[in-house]
Amino acid sequence: MKELLIISGKGGAGKTSLTAALASLASPCVLADCDVDAADLHLLLKPEIQQSVPFYSGVMPEIIYDRCVDCYRCYSLCRYGAISILTTHPRFIAGACEGCGVCADQCPEEAIVMRDRHCGEWYVSSTLCGTMVHAKLAPGAENSGKLVSAVRQAAKAVAEAEGRQLLLCDGPPGIGCPVISAMTGVDVALIVTEPSVSGIHDMKRTAELARNFEVDYHVVINKADINPEKSDEIAAFCLRNDIGIAGTIPFDPLFTTALRQGRTIMDYPESAPAQAIRRIWQHIQDKIQ
Amino acid sequence: MKIAVASGKGGTGKTTLSLALAEALANGCTLLDCDVEEPNCHLFVAGEPWRQLPVEVTVPEFTNDGCDGCGRCVRACRFQALARLGKRVLVFPEMCHSCGGCVLACPHKVLREVPFGIGKLEFRHGRGFELISGVMDVGHAMAPPLIRQLKEHIPPEGLVIMDAPPGTACSMVMTVRNNDYVILVTEPTPFGLHDLKLAEATLREIDLPCGVVINRADDGVALIRDYCHEAGLPVLLEIPYRRDIAEGYSRGGGLLAVCPDLRESFRTLLTTQIPAILQAEGRL
Amino acid sequence: MKVALTSRGDSLDVLLDSRFGRAANFLLWDAATGAVEVLANTQSLNAAQGAGIQAAMHVVESGAEAVITGHCGPKAFRVLKEAGVKVYLTKALDGHEAIRLFQAGELKEADAADVEGHWV
Repeated sequence: MKELLIISGKGGAGKTSLTAALASLASPCVLADCDVDAADLHLLLKPEIQQSVPFYSGVMPEIIYDRCVDCYRCYSLCRYGAISILTTHPRFIAGACEGCGVCADQCPEEAIVMRDRHCGEWYVSSTLCGTMVHAKLAPGAENSGKLVSAVRQAAKAVAEAEGRQLLLCDGPPGIGCPVISAMTGVDVALIVTEPSVSGIHDMKRTAELARNFEVDYHVVINKADINPEKSDEIAAFCLRNDIGIAGTIPFDPLFTTALRQGRTIMDYPESAPAQAIRRIWQHIQDKIQ
Repeated sequence: MKIAVASGKGGTGKTTLSLALAEALANGCTLLDCDVEEPNCHLFVAGEPWRQLPVEVTVPEFTNDGCDGCGRCVRACRFQALARLGKRVLVFPEMCHSCGGCVLACPHKVLREVPFGIGKLEFRHGRGFELISGVMDVGHAMAPPLIRQLKEHIPPEGLVIMDAPPGTACSMVMTVRNNDYVILVTEPTPFGLHDLKLAEATLREIDLPCGVVINRADDGVALIRDYCHEAGLPVLLEIPYRRDIAEGYSRGGGLLAVCPDLRESFRTLLTTQIPAILQAEGRL
Repeated sequence: MKVALTSRGDSLDVLLDSRFGRAANFLLWDAATGAVEVLANTQSLNAAQGAGIQAAMHVVESGAEAVITGHCGPKAFRVLKEAGVKVYLTKALDGHEAIRLFQAGELKEADAADVEGHWV
């Protein structure tokens, strides 16, 4: 089984639309939406949830007020401003807490206990393209990459159980922990970029990360014709740095039209983007076999 | 007044809008780029930073004398940043959340706190505003402390605009917390709507007032308009969908350079519309 | 001398686990007697982060002088190195093969981690 990750440093470059399009070409495969902070793949692939698993990560304090003597030692030791003293008794601010447990360990009255922190759910669902594992991070929860790992592990187990050849992952934006969790150990990564000042900047940072993790990565230039000069600049950068270009996709309002109808661009097989994506798929198939 | 510009989904135009708002006001407001994993505001502001500050957190350092190998520091650490080998302690700074728990737990005072760099702050002069960007080093995963230190540079007076990281995780919450108002930027697609709902739910949870700017508004704009109407979310502004805007943006030109007529709308938004909303809600 | 092997099961017949921090079990093989002891890695497997560090501390405490595994990340490697535990990387399929290669001197001692952290 091979794992193909679709990623882009910058949001909105078109990674989810490309993932959904590739899913319909690779079908049946297994899918993982690793963008747990703003998961969108389900809007295109319309999964039917078969299994839902609560996700716990880290701990958070609970103050037992019967024991609290209002000494405010917790307040003075907390480095995250997660204990408020604006109330009669210390009060705990969930969104600011990083779960270090100093308040509980140092409370002279043992009035604080650390409890497992509920950080969201993950799901195993069925779609027309194959089984999909996706997740929903709770608002304000730490996107530590652990939920991304859980999604990937579950998806790998599904792929093995079903005997699928390909696991297709929609990655998170940025270059932080979730991205690292999504990237480590994948066989091939596609970095989707767009010909804009921000697109190029973020693509370079993502490429640097992929190189650090020794992932075989290739660049896809989306909306390439919107700025031919910048597209050339990306191509030149890739050439200089020995980075493969998996293909380019032209700008087409059809992407938005398809999205609004809950379809993928491959439902318009004759369109220019669909043809471009088929070429990308052929190109990438050599790498994952 | 402090206004954060956020959006559940990436790529909706947060950075473009933040820059245009700061530029439209043109009276020396401050723009903070809090998207520290992928800061982009500086790409649209000419010139090198006039000031750079390292961003450091404190991490423990093991000083040799007096350790009896009791292991209390390792047990106190909930981030697995310490490893004990006999009467020695190894520190893994990249795992550390700087809580200070290990130092408090050590009965022999053999751990002390030392600085550890995770990124930098860059100061630039924009056209009529001051830009401060937080830049996290590649390979680090400590956005919240960087954002915290970035926010320490908020001037006591004047308007502050904060470009928030995408999503609704802790770094976004860290950015919007203590703002007076949050502008949610979205686009009229099912992705845009879905992520707008996530962001709105997060803001409601921490009781922050918000309004919506619809970017790339085309003939599908009713999708967002109808939802906002239903949810009681004010639609502050619609920015039309035009290819020349997209092209201008891709060349690195700002929104105001392509659409000068938006300047007045942005100014009204900041100086009249939002204060009026806050006043009506009794928050000002 | 005791050698710790990362294993997916509880005997040398079973497939080796190529991961170190998140290996299912460690098999503690005694070179003098050939005896095998199973060391569960449950604690590290359940750790939200830093599995490699925990697993490495566990191995150090077991008294092993060498580790045979598939891959080793930088944090685990640092702990093992500081504790003087030698790390051997192998693509061997099961415990018997790994030990045969080790005894024949065909495994080379790793001088650095071979994967980045977060390796799943």
